[in-house]
Amino acid sequence: MKIAIVVFPGTTCETDTFEAAGQVSGVKATYVSHDETDLDSFDAILLPGGAAYGDAIRPGAIAKRQPVMGAVKKAAEAGKPVVGIGNGFQILLEAGLLPGTVLQNETLKFVCKQMELFVQNSDTCFTSLYEDGEKIKMPIAHKVGRYFCDEAIYKQLKENNQIIFTYTSENPNGSIGGIAGITNERRNVLGLMPHPERAIDTLLGSTDGVKLFQSIERNWRESHAANA
Amino acid sequence: MPQTLEPSPQQIKEEKIYRKMGLTDEEFERAEKMLGRTPNYTETGLFSVMWSEHCSYKSSKPVLKRFPTEGKQVLQGPGEGAGIVDIGDNQAVVFKIESHNSPSAIEPYEGAATGVGGIVRDVFSMGARPIAAMNSLRFGELSSSRVRYLLEQAVAGIADYGNTLGVPTVGGEIQFDPSYESNPLVNAMVVGLLNHEDMQKGQAKGVGNTVMYVGSKTGRDGIHGATFSSSELSEAEDEERAAVQAGDPFTEKLLMDACLELIHSDALIGIQDMGAAGLTSSSAEMASKAGYGVEMDLDLVPQREENMTPYEMMLSESQERMLIVIKNGREQEIIDLFAKYDLEAVSIGHVTDDKMLRLFHKGAVVAEVPADALAEDAPVYHKKAEEPAYYREFQSMEQDVIHITDYQETLLKLLEQPTIASKQWVYEQFDHQVGLNTVVTPGSDAAVVRIPGKNKAIAISTDCNSRYIYLDPETGGKIAVAEAARNVVCSGAEPLAITDGLNFGSPDKPEIFWQIEKSAEGISAACRALNSPVISGNVSLYNEKGGKAIYPTPIIGMVGLISDLNHVTTQSFKAKGDLVYMIGETKQEFGGSELQKMVRGDISGKAPEIDLDKEVRRQKQLLEAIRSGLVSSAHDISEGGAAVALAECLFETDGLGAEITLPGDETTVLFSETQSRFIVSVKKENQAAFEQAVEDAQFIGEVTGNEELVIQNENKELLIKINSKSLEEAWKKAIPRLLNKV
Repeated sequence: MKIAIVVFPGTTCETDTFEAAGQVSGVKATYVSHDETDLDSFDAILLPGGAAYGDAIRPGAIAKRQPVMGAVKKAAEAGKPVVGIGNGFQILLEAGLLPGTVLQNETLKFVCKQMELFVQNSDTCFTSLYEDGEKIKMPIAHKVGRYFCDEAIYKQLKENNQIIFTYTSENPNGSIGGIAGITNERRNVLGLMPHPERAIDTLLGSTDGVKLFQSIERNWRESHAANA
Repeated sequence: MPQTLEPSPQQIKEEKIYRKMGLTDEEFERAEKMLGRTPNYTETGLFSVMWSEHCSYKSSKPVLKRFPTEGKQVLQGPGEGAGIVDIGDNQAVVFKIESHNSPSAIEPYEGAATGVGGIVRDVFSMGARPIAAMNSLRFGELSSSRVRYLLEQAVAGIADYGNTLGVPTVGGEIQFDPSYESNPLVNAMVVGLLNHEDMQKGQAKGVGNTVMYVGSKTGRDGIHGATFSSSELSEAEDEERAAVQAGDPFTEKLLMDACLELIHSDALIGIQDMGAAGLTSSSAEMASKAGYGVEMDLDLVPQREENMTPYEMMLSESQERMLIVIKNGREQEIIDLFAKYDLEAVSIGHVTDDKMLRLFHKGAVVAEVPADALAEDAPVYHKKAEEPAYYREFQSMEQDVIHITDYQETLLKLLEQPTIASKQWVYEQFDHQVGLNTVVTPGSDAAVVRIPGKNKAIAISTDCNSRYIYLDPETGGKIAVAEAARNVVCSGAEPLAITDGLNFGSPDKPEIFWQIEKSAEGISAACRALNSPVISGNVSLYNEKGGKAIYPTPIIGMVGLISDLNHVTTQSFKAKGDLVYMIGETKQEFGGSELQKMVRGDISGKAPEIDLDKEVRRQKQLLEAIRSGLVSSAHDISEGGAAVALAECLFETDGLGAEITLPGDETTVLFSETQSRFIVSVKKENQAAFEQAVEDAQFIGEVTGNEELVIQNENKELLIKINSKSLEEAWKKAIPRLLNKV
């Protein structure tokens, strides 16, 4: 399985994401630049965290206008898995690939800490190796991560089971409904504020992020086998 | 044209205009003598910044010379952008601490942010990728709204800059004391990693080689920053605000990535950050270090403001700029390399053989000064030192005898003292995990950062109890190094080397200079004993306002090596049934202690004693025990004494408690700050081996599963019996409450 790791000027989590995706057996991760226009040869796209373009104007506001985003949209429309983590989530929201937006944290401060999450929906290509309702640990690190949308969208997210991760007890940023991660309606585009790539090593506090990357590979392999 | 408004050499001399730039009459005469003529306005500016304390260390040099700087692990000692220490496997760590105190007092957000930016550039200019940042902060009491503003803004500045850069801020320390009310200290430390062959130096050699300017354009910000930071803060803060630079971490990130690619190019001869004194210091120092000269055409300097004069360009401290020297003829590939990162690289001059720094502007020579005169030949002052009266008075005092009765209440109150209380509010704002190597996160004795791809790690600690140093600078200096080493050892590391951030008041006052000298003696003695030489550092003097100086604050940043990840040890107790030991005996020592400050409202008397032989022996034995797998947890006993240390061992555990017996005078055993002590927990099966390995270890109790800290005296009278979660809550909520957040 070939996974593209999209790097914008100012992206900082690309090597961590590369390591996390690359250690799943059967995955070949490759960095692609913000000016790449063709991602057809990739089976999945990851947009890692950081501060693309220094978060100028708004996080993601400049990144969404880069050439690579046309190719990311095309991949999403083709049903390929697309994941945005942290700043990557912000970019997907700005690009309209996911509904709603993120605002500055309620505290107006950056927050970096280990969080406990509920897996709300394991019926996606990103979460199939988790159980519904499973409690997992992943760190967050963001200043603009308070998910926000209008009531109609929130209702739709709930009805379609697009809310994938929520914070269990403490809501660190003031997100609506404690939302930590959502998908699009088709459930092939995932955006989340927690960093699964930082939860792949017991030495660093959690390995609960591993299953996210494994799920992507497993589902690709199974659908691939089915199609072949 | 603005430069026609500049005073003539004659005017500069007669009207003593140089004084405004920070030069004394004698210094101006010295510059005249070196030039053989009266310097013009631009040249006077060059001398004034390069001869500022910040750039020349003219007052501190005689003291700095006494530091031990050598050791077989040292690859680069003081003198370059940062020091370098070997860690084996053809790898080395590069580190330095730097102050940004004056800018942070005026404009805390930008001051602190650009402090991080500068030290990051110092480290990557050596060829190293920054892998960890730390910070050491000092503020006044949080009851003042101005102090709360300074703290909030400085922390946000550090966070926004470091987080955007993608360098994890893994720890640090903060202390609060009224002496820092008007003079907060913001010291930032960065550790980088490199392969031996990638080591770079800031030098301009090879006649005809090209001097290139890379990074952001030059503006009028930060002009005379180095001079301003070498003087006492005045009331005219608004005027000085223009001397504070603004940071752009996004550009810094691009610049860092570009420079780390550049170091692999064989076209590169030398590279240096345009830090304090910007283009002046980088060009003069690179020429002087290499024994060559540099000529630059200032019309070619990328400028973001119109009609900048040579004086302004040379003295600007605009951020995110580097000066590089590359082989003649290779310019285009360097331009292309930086263009990939959307950065400008512009040829602005070349290397000469006449050892002069020569500047052209609009076709004319506007400055012509020997590079050595600027970089090497600043005057050196042997300032007068005098033992202050307060010290004699403190030394003649009897030990402060404190007897309290409400031990439990006192412990709770101590845990709420801002210097002891949890700094979670601060470090949660720092991305401490990016890079996937932060094994021990902020809040522990030392931060532990794994060496990527290797089964080893480094431990980093910053320390300085300035109360002890104020009471007794020599003893306090020893303690600062010893405590940094204790923290590093407790995490399973062997101390390698230190960097020091020397923050003091005005060296022109004999009592202050005495503090500088004495604390340096103490630091040197401890460095020798612990085989941890000084490999880099920074001096920040004149930290005074209205004649009132800060406590002497030489911050020690230590790096140690953990040779096997299995040796990584943390302070928290691990399992019910483990045995608890205290290493070291406790004496009645309350001078400068947290308890004394809390009970008496101020500090007085003698600092706690320290015996370096004892210190070294205990550290070695403890480290050996850790490496042999005999130790479950290790924590040094510092501010607040044994009771606070024991409470801290229970924090962040899963419902653990402890039952402890401490014999002797109750107030002393609980709260005295006697040095060279540790709290260690050990599995029962390791009891005999541990007791054999660590000779000064006394068994004091056991880890329990009942979430309670119980401490009794030798007569089994209960001194403390409290739920450990209530202790943790008091400790955690204190700072947010003081900041009115809860």
